[in-house]
Amino acid sequence: MLRVEGLNVHYGGIHALKNVSIHVPEEKVVTLVGANGAGKSTLLRAVSGLVPASSGRIRYAGREILGLSAHRIAREGIAMSPEGRRVFVNLSVYENLLMGAYCRDDRKEIDRDIEWIFETFPRLLERRDQPAATLSGGEQQMLALGRALMSRPKLLLLDEPSLGLAPLLIREVFRVITKIHQEGTTILLIEQNAMAALNVADYGYVLETGEIVLAGTGKDLLCDERVKKAYLGET
Amino acid sequence: MERSPLFCRRAGTGTGFLELTFFLQQMINGVALGSLYGLIAIGYTMVYGIIRLINFAHGDVMMMGCYFAYFGILMFSLPWGASFVAAMVLTAILGVLIDKGAYVPVRHAPRISALITAIGVSFLLENLGLVVFGGRPKGFTTPDMFAEVYEIAGLMIPALVLWTPLITLILLSGILFIIHRTKAGRAMRCISHDMETTRLMGVDVNRVISITFAVGSAAAAAGGIMWAMRYPEINPLMGIIPGLKAFVAAVLGGIGNVTGAMLGGLLLGLAEILLVALMPEIAGYRDAIAFGILIFILIFRPTGLMGSKLPE
Repeated sequence: MLRVEGLNVHYGGIHALKNVSIHVPEEKVVTLVGANGAGKSTLLRAVSGLVPASSGRIRYAGREILGLSAHRIAREGIAMSPEGRRVFVNLSVYENLLMGAYCRDDRKEIDRDIEWIFETFPRLLERRDQPAATLSGGEQQMLALGRALMSRPKLLLLDEPSLGLAPLLIREVFRVITKIHQEGTTILLIEQNAMAALNVADYGYVLETGEIVLAGTGKDLLCDERVKKAYLGET
Repeated sequence: MERSPLFCRRAGTGTGFLELTFFLQQMINGVALGSLYGLIAIGYTMVYGIIRLINFAHGDVMMMGCYFAYFGILMFSLPWGASFVAAMVLTAILGVLIDKGAYVPVRHAPRISALITAIGVSFLLENLGLVVFGGRPKGFTTPDMFAEVYEIAGLMIPALVLWTPLITLILLSGILFIIHRTKAGRAMRCISHDMETTRLMGVDVNRVISITFAVGSAAAAAGGIMWAMRYPEINPLMGIIPGLKAFVAAVLGGIGNVTGAMLGGLLLGLAEILLVALMPEIAGYRDAIAFGILIFILIFRPTGLMGSKLPE
């Protein structure tokens, strides 16, 4: 579904991604793990068109999307829940969800999907008409996730969905990710919480200072000595 | 009604009724003038709200709107109503073209570059006006409907003074409706908060910014036309002072806030008219009031009356 080949991204003077190639097959969950500053977010931002690449290819559903503007890529069916949630704090919860469905015109279906989001995250229903600024961090994360789903994406890019959340909420977030996946959405997930990410992922890549250093199925990587040592906190 | 000592001295006739009518008359005048400042201020505040640019060419866009209306009536002998609507549409298009031609290329440049570009566009429009329209003021015909003077309870009220706040209110409601109830308006509010994430929603940000320029410019044209009927002449430099005062009104109300811009405009209009009415000896300083207010607000409440705390 998504194939990144030989991608190079330069940020100012920094070579942020070096010849990165990854493949996200349809209806799978693929995760990128790696330390802060390894280039994980840069990769997602390049896929969604927010940062320009200096070379390489990004093919999505058989088409080259590298160089398309971000809103065109979103219209192709790629949704991203950005790092730090980035909900529209000046809009109500309901309006945030409507923004997620910006490219859709099927009013009835949109209403149905909003119902579905409220069923999945009852907390959001309670705060439907409040400005998103009044939500807690966990609720904002749910909202960011719900907003991304409102576009009915074929490919969902999730950047650190568990960042800064309490353990109970992290479990909740991963429960939802699994649910979304089971309903047929392809997911590319970035996580610092490598354990949780590799547990839900079909396939994983380890990124270090802009380069892919390891790749394998989620289970293989979980058992890999180097991964254990560097990212799972085991010795 | 409370009578300040100052007020009694000025009205001076000794009968309370005349004082009251005098005061009401000035209030109505102030509201009419303030509505115009407010209408023009809306364009400043909307554009600032969405791309953090003080569009210093906005007053000159207003001037262009007046000329469009003028030529519509004079050269194409349109009925005044059609001419005013056509002028608003043309001014909206002009606003969009200015954005595309001048501001889009510097969108990602430092903010100061865009500001200087805006000042450049302002000079361009003024001097283009001087060359194309000529520097001599042109008389602006006021339609009979607005030229009548009503006598209501001893007050002499020109129809224009009644119509101005009314038309302003209608336009303001329309603009607020766009911002709060339409998809484009929702996108505007999102862009003003986080442009990058808005793009991730599939929003063509440049298109929404164009709509913002169109709406703000159309409002300026409406304000300008009523301004032209009030004075009633137009010249290529007529946009400078109302433009600057509308900018003050936008800052006073809290830049980025449309309702605030209207409130700021009304306060500024009232302050100016009442000062001139009550203290005619300092009437020559009427333009100084606006800038005095600007200095005051920037020192004591830089976010304006209705502005929220800036995150920075």
